[in-house]
Amino acid sequence: MRFGQFLLVAVLAVPALGAVAVAAIRPDRVARVVGTVAAALTLLGTLPLAGGDHGWFGYGPRPAVQPWHQLDLPWVPGLDLRFHLGVDGISWPLVVLTALLTLLCCGYTLWRVPDGGSGRALVALLLVVEVGILGTFLALDLVLFFLFFEVVLLPMYVIIAGWGGDDRRRAARKFALYTLFGSVLLLVGVYVVVAAAGTADLVTLTGGAGLSRGTQLAAFTLLALAFAVKSPLWPLHSWLPDAHTQAPTVGSVILAGVLLKMGTYGLIRVAVGVAPEGARWAAPVLGVLAVTAILIGSLVCLAQDELKRLIAYSSVGHMGFVLLGVATLTATGIQAALIGNIAHGVITGLLFFLAGAVKDRTHTGTLAELSGLRETAPRLAGLLGFAAVASLGLPGLAGFWGEAFAVVAAVRRGGGLWTTLAVLAAIGGALTAAYFLRLLRQVTHGRPSSAVGRLAPGLAGAELTAWAPLVLLALAVGLAPALVLGYASGPVDALVGVLR
Amino acid sequence: MSEGLGRLAWFVPLLPGLPLAAGLIGLLLPPSPRGAATGEDRARKVAIVLGVAGAAGALLVALALLSRVDHLVEGSTSWVDLGGLQVTLGYRLDGVAVLVATAVATVALAVQVYSIGYLRRGPHDDVEVDHRYPPYAAQISLFTAAMLVVVIAGDLIMLLVGWEVMGICSYLLIAHDRRLPEAPAAAVKAFLVTRVGDVGFLLGIALLGVSAGSFKIADVLAHDHSTGTLTAACLLLLAGVAGKSAQFPLHTWLPDAMAGPTPISALIHAATMVAAGVYAVARLFPLFERAPVALAVLGVMAAITLLLGALAATAQDDIKRVLAWSTVSQIGYMTGALAVGAPTAALFHLLSHAAFKALLFLAAGAVIHAVGTTLMSRMGGLRATMPVTFWCTLVGLGALAGLPPLSGFWSKDGVLAAAEAAALDGAGPAPQWVGWLVWLAGLLGVAVTAWYATRLLLRTFFGTTRIPLAHPHDPPGSMRWPVLLLAVPAALLGLAAFWPPFADRISAPITAAEGNDFDVSLVHLGPALLLPLVLLLVGAGVAGAGWRRDPVADPARFLGPLRPVFARAFRLDDVQHTLVVRPTTALARAARTGDELGVDGLVEGTGRAAVGLGGGLAALHRAALPRAAAGVLAGALLIGLAVALIGGAS
Repeated sequence: MRFGQFLLVAVLAVPALGAVAVAAIRPDRVARVVGTVAAALTLLGTLPLAGGDHGWFGYGPRPAVQPWHQLDLPWVPGLDLRFHLGVDGISWPLVVLTALLTLLCCGYTLWRVPDGGSGRALVALLLVVEVGILGTFLALDLVLFFLFFEVVLLPMYVIIAGWGGDDRRRAARKFALYTLFGSVLLLVGVYVVVAAAGTADLVTLTGGAGLSRGTQLAAFTLLALAFAVKSPLWPLHSWLPDAHTQAPTVGSVILAGVLLKMGTYGLIRVAVGVAPEGARWAAPVLGVLAVTAILIGSLVCLAQDELKRLIAYSSVGHMGFVLLGVATLTATGIQAALIGNIAHGVITGLLFFLAGAVKDRTHTGTLAELSGLRETAPRLAGLLGFAAVASLGLPGLAGFWGEAFAVVAAVRRGGGLWTTLAVLAAIGGALTAAYFLRLLRQVTHGRPSSAVGRLAPGLAGAELTAWAPLVLLALAVGLAPALVLGYASGPVDALVGVLR
Repeated sequence: MSEGLGRLAWFVPLLPGLPLAAGLIGLLLPPSPRGAATGEDRARKVAIVLGVAGAAGALLVALALLSRVDHLVEGSTSWVDLGGLQVTLGYRLDGVAVLVATAVATVALAVQVYSIGYLRRGPHDDVEVDHRYPPYAAQISLFTAAMLVVVIAGDLIMLLVGWEVMGICSYLLIAHDRRLPEAPAAAVKAFLVTRVGDVGFLLGIALLGVSAGSFKIADVLAHDHSTGTLTAACLLLLAGVAGKSAQFPLHTWLPDAMAGPTPISALIHAATMVAAGVYAVARLFPLFERAPVALAVLGVMAAITLLLGALAATAQDDIKRVLAWSTVSQIGYMTGALAVGAPTAALFHLLSHAAFKALLFLAAGAVIHAVGTTLMSRMGGLRATMPVTFWCTLVGLGALAGLPPLSGFWSKDGVLAAAEAAALDGAGPAPQWVGWLVWLAGLLGVAVTAWYATRLLLRTFFGTTRIPLAHPHDPPGSMRWPVLLLAVPAALLGLAAFWPPFADRISAPITAAEGNDFDVSLVHLGPALLLPLVLLLVGAGVAGAGWRRDPVADPARFLGPLRPVFARAFRLDDVQHTLVVRPTTALARAARTGDELGVDGLVEGTGRAAVGLGGGLAALHRAALPRAAAGVLAGALLIGLAVALIGGAS
């Protein structure tokens, strides 16, 4: 077993073993420390994954997926299932982001455990969620992908139902049932593909693998619907505001930061890759829905009156930009989608941390009851301002590249439909600015409300530690987008190559 | 083509880099919340040093470049490649760029120094005006850095970065003063109105970049775009320019932005933000030259803005608002010059405007600082008590109105001469009627400008004081010196047109390939000079005569029924509110209701229906024995019947 293969296994095994250990250790604090250490080790394990074989030196046509490292073992020979993992420029940034956000959430839990249950149970569940998400990003076997995709669901349900807000049970139920509905479609889609192609290997499948046009259309429809629920794409988004609003802070961060990315990643890697003809056929519909999501998401935010709910709805708009990028099926658009994914994970993760901090301190999330934060807690207000400005896509910060270049990609696609979509998406960008400035005006400006007036100005060290990496990443990715896209152009070009 | 700067190349990134570093470090300083014992705490001192050092460093770099750069130099490195679209990180410097950079750094330095005195708690202030100095100074530094990025950018995406960062800095700084309840709304308005324009700007850049396959300005200018693309892209860019440079119909944010501290007004109006739009068009002028439709639109916009701003300035009582509307009007002169194909005249006016408008705002700040109000109806007679401020304001107003030999006279004359040539001889790339429009609007504007400048001077500094209790005095050194030093370029910059090194730099061709084919002479001495002079005297004379009749009353009373219309700037704010803001908020509420009741209602409804259906079926199955037995027997009968029928059929 080579070092890269060892890392691939380790990245999944360490959080899994960590979860078991956390569940086994009795003292709550020790267990949480162990969990945080496991998350840290996982992050350390993901970083050297980038150091693999990046070029294509073989003979013959260039394959559409060329993992830097891969591990391909028989798993259930009777069913022809394989344990096939791999990582490349499309999945690696997401893998690192997942490991980072999980570490930050575990570290945050060392400092504060939300009401509802024991801290170690929460940490163990976070680690299980991490295993599922990492597995989804690493799997190169369609059935394995589906299994990891499903692993995430139940622990996340428990996190929301166990540690969430007042209306947590209803929100958790809605989340679980809605996304289960998506999973059923995914399962059917996976078996349509596997039955028709006779293999579940994503490397072989990418590019169509001789699937008939009809199969591709059916497979793309099923897969795209399944991923659209997860992403979420309007009008399949309505589980999201409830789940994000009711989840505890760490749950919201994981949900918005990386869980949604499973949908967009699946769309790029599985749906578009496996059924390119279906993707070409459905692209206009996908584009129209994506732009609708941008506009409706922004407009709803403009009329929203609860802090976490507003941020949750903002995800609908931002993921709309990502999906627009994918829908253009151009190299520019898919790269924009990749960096948009990462930027949204970093920035919205930060926003949910900050919203959680505001809510924990003031015990309210109603915008009308919040005002004057900059008077009593200038640092918190400053960070909230930074996150909001980053989220509205200010050039120079991470959010800009994904949104601006989704528009550029639509312009590049040309023609009446895509040009119109580009214009509408750009208008959506202005609406995004409008609702974030409205948020800042209500929360940070003006005279302190009674809830805000009694705040202490300081921030806890644990909070700063959890937030600082996200702030720095939002700045770094904005100034040096090559951090995310540096390795992506090869895999994306290969993927776009099979689309033609 | 272009050559590098050789050993000086490493120097260029320092131009925005120094203020950027000062700004980023400044943001990390403790923001000194309420309760900081005195205004002179350590964080404030560090913030002052950082702010001044950043601006001074940028100025030194700009001056060094000014001595070296007299031709086009470029340098770039790849930033990121998005699916074959190259985005580069690079500079593109020519004489104009370094001149504008010098102006930006000068004004920024003046503003940083001035703010030390302006944002300090005086002995009689009951509120702490300065209790968040570190973020304030840091934001000015960032603002400066962003504008310098726009000035030197060699890539459209890089230009967009500076362009938008400026927007957010203006938002933060306008909202700085927490004593003004209207400040947050004004800040939001400033950012949103410009952001609406930037929708077009982004799309324009996207069109150009996609057409040229690169966002590098040199590539975009060199590429042979199709006419349709070019016209569409230029028109879209103009939307962004209208937002940033406060051109009709996106000018509404600028007067409200007066809620920001006065030094910030100077920064926004003189060298950054509003200048950016004009500069961007001048930078991309070879494209606009090939898109006469865009130039015609620009000309109409310019003429409307020029007169709208000037007329609105006549009826304001707030001294800062007079100056704000005068900026709107003066930027109209610049865009007018661009529209008739004279970017050199536009840039010359941009530079002289930067000098005299910074001077006017800082002098107005001194007045406001001394009398504690911005309303001219509560000023008057300050000439005796504030002589330095008076003379500086006189220089600034003279330059604004175009009084020879002050700077504004020469630069405005350049604009009018270019418009006259376009109108009478059909010179330049724009249609002839655009020339007429700009020329006539410009001439009328001269008279109106002279009128309101005279009114401002008389109402503020002459007559008797209208607040007898105050004891106004000239400002302390940190505020006085910037004003005095800015008076020098405001007075003399026009004469620089006769100095060859300056004239060569400002009229350098925009691309290396392009020859000096348009009119580049900066100064136009001739009989045409007399017409604006006569108009100036008429405007000033009418205002003076009105004031002489009753020195206490406002000369604006002669506007009669037009006065409230002008004072509210033709109620365009209300129009914008009715046509844009209210429909958008209504749409937002409708979208929210539709989303919650419609889309989510369907989901919830499905869930409830499933539960209801299950409940109903369960209830049906919970039957007493007789009915259950009857049901079972009926079922058996049905099955038997079906078997018999189907079996019989086959």
